Amino acid sequence: MLKDITLGQYFPGNTFIHRLDPRTKLLMTIVYLVCVFTARTPIAFGVVALYLAIMIIVSNVKLRLLLRGMKPLIFLLALTGTLNLFLTPGEPLVSIWRLSISREGIEWAIMLILRITMMITGSFILTYTTPPMALTDGIESLMRPLKRIGVPAHELAMIMSIALRFIPTLLEETDRIMRAQKARGASFDTGNIIQRGRAMLPILLPLFISAFRRAEELAVAMESRCYHDGEGRTRMRALQYSRDDALTGLIGLLLLGSIITLRVTGL
Amino acid sequence: MNPIIRTENLTHTYSVGTPFERTAIVGVDFAAHPGEFVGIIGHTGSGKSTLMQHLNGLLTPTSGRVLFQGEDIHQSKALTRSVRFQVGLVFQYPEYQLFEESVYKDIAFGPKNMGLSKSEIDQRVREAAALVGLGAAHLEKSPFVLSGGQKRRAAIAGVMAMKPKVLILDEPTAGLDPRGRTEILDNIRTFHRETGATVILVTHSMEEIARTVDRIAVMSDGKVAMTGTRGEIFAQGDALEQMGLDLPEITRVALRLRAMGIDLPGDIFTVEQAVQALLAYKREVAGC
Repeated sequence: MLKDITLGQYFPGNTFIHRLDPRTKLLMTIVYLVCVFTARTPIAFGVVALYLAIMIIVSNVKLRLLLRGMKPLIFLLALTGTLNLFLTPGEPLVSIWRLSISREGIEWAIMLILRITMMITGSFILTYTTPPMALTDGIESLMRPLKRIGVPAHELAMIMSIALRFIPTLLEETDRIMRAQKARGASFDTGNIIQRGRAMLPILLPLFISAFRRAEELAVAMESRCYHDGEGRTRMRALQYSRDDALTGLIGLLLLGSIITLRVTGL
Repeated sequence: MNPIIRTENLTHTYSVGTPFERTAIVGVDFAAHPGEFVGIIGHTGSGKSTLMQHLNGLLTPTSGRVLFQGEDIHQSKALTRSVRFQVGLVFQYPEYQLFEESVYKDIAFGPKNMGLSKSEIDQRVREAAALVGLGAAHLEKSPFVLSGGQKRRAAIAGVMAMKPKVLILDEPTAGLDPRGRTEILDNIRTFHRETGATVILVTHSMEEIARTVDRIAVMSDGKVAMTGTRGEIFAQGDALEQMGLDLPEITRVALRLRAMGIDLPGDIFTVEQAVQALLAYKREVAGC
């Protein structure tokens, strides 16, 4: 069922990582992503993978959920892998017709697949352990310095939090409409691609109408509670760094340092 | 008489294997007979909607079986699909699933999926529209310009047009004004009378149930807590209250009058019955 889509969904918990300040988690994710893309050698990948493994264990993510979240990306991974395998220039090892596989091609393909997998898994841990609201609070707080140069930090964060908030709602709505049309004999999993596309119409139309209705209702609800933009707003839950955040930051610096060292020394 | 639709020890759990795992219904045995008008009543979250969606195969049981005319509806995909047409399900707020450019086309969606001929579809659309009181003028309009009550009735007609042997309606009157409610309930009664189909009405309004149905099933905590005729169910006022349900207001008034020593019959469920009973009582008192 659509409701069971897990990518980018929060799962309540009370682990060390769940309790961290969202800003720490955001910064750590950025550091982690930089590391994933800086790493080039097996040793460097090993270090990043070790860090990722520790994150997975500490955050208590169920491996089954993680794999289920990866499922829709299998196609992308296969495509990237194949393209790189054949199109990377280098000394050919095997040649079939005009296509050839080079040593470099194999290395690139493996590296890219590793990078994408690690990138997705790492980001998954962020959304798995952080409620969407805390996430956007964190983003807003991190973007605050940019306000000086005219970036509407609060508005952007608000747009994001509303979008995130409505993902599950709209999925549920889609599910409901789908079931209702199925009850009238619509079928979505038969026929060729054009027929299937047409079969989506009875879902998309009501979905759009309901999305607009919801948007309007939300706007009215916000305005009737005197919502206005960022200037002078205070928070109910102010973000606060703790000792755990300092410790995590230290680990992040250590990770970044070691990966850069490995890159520079070429190990 | 054999039931037309029946569940055997039906259990359903949502989101198995995630932290949101939740069992909505447990070991439900429910049956409806041909031509019957059954009411299912229960508090919000008692599992009514989950049970409904099993009856036409939209949800697959976690354990247990659903039998339509004695056959397990999940035996084969073809059977599941054919059951969809024979067990019509009207969801809550069905007007939100209208999508076609005209009311006519929207009502025709179900019959078209059944693969009926054009003339048969046309006849069914007109019949169904008439059943819910939508005239020819409405049929050519866009469903989005209709009033709330009309939209709802158009959506219900869309299911009625499939001529299901069992029609299930999940809270068909939710969010309507009293007039809209009466109209829809009248439409449903007309459908029941004219087609002889089984109708299952899911609601949490005791007044609606009292007015319409032959038999009531009360759901509580994912189980069918009691079944019986109106009289049998409403005689258990205390048990109903514990499940967060009330007797119909007029029944409560009658019971109170009885407690005050006025001799009224114990099975008053509608205002009309109450009027009759009170007039009869008045004649009796005046007579002596």
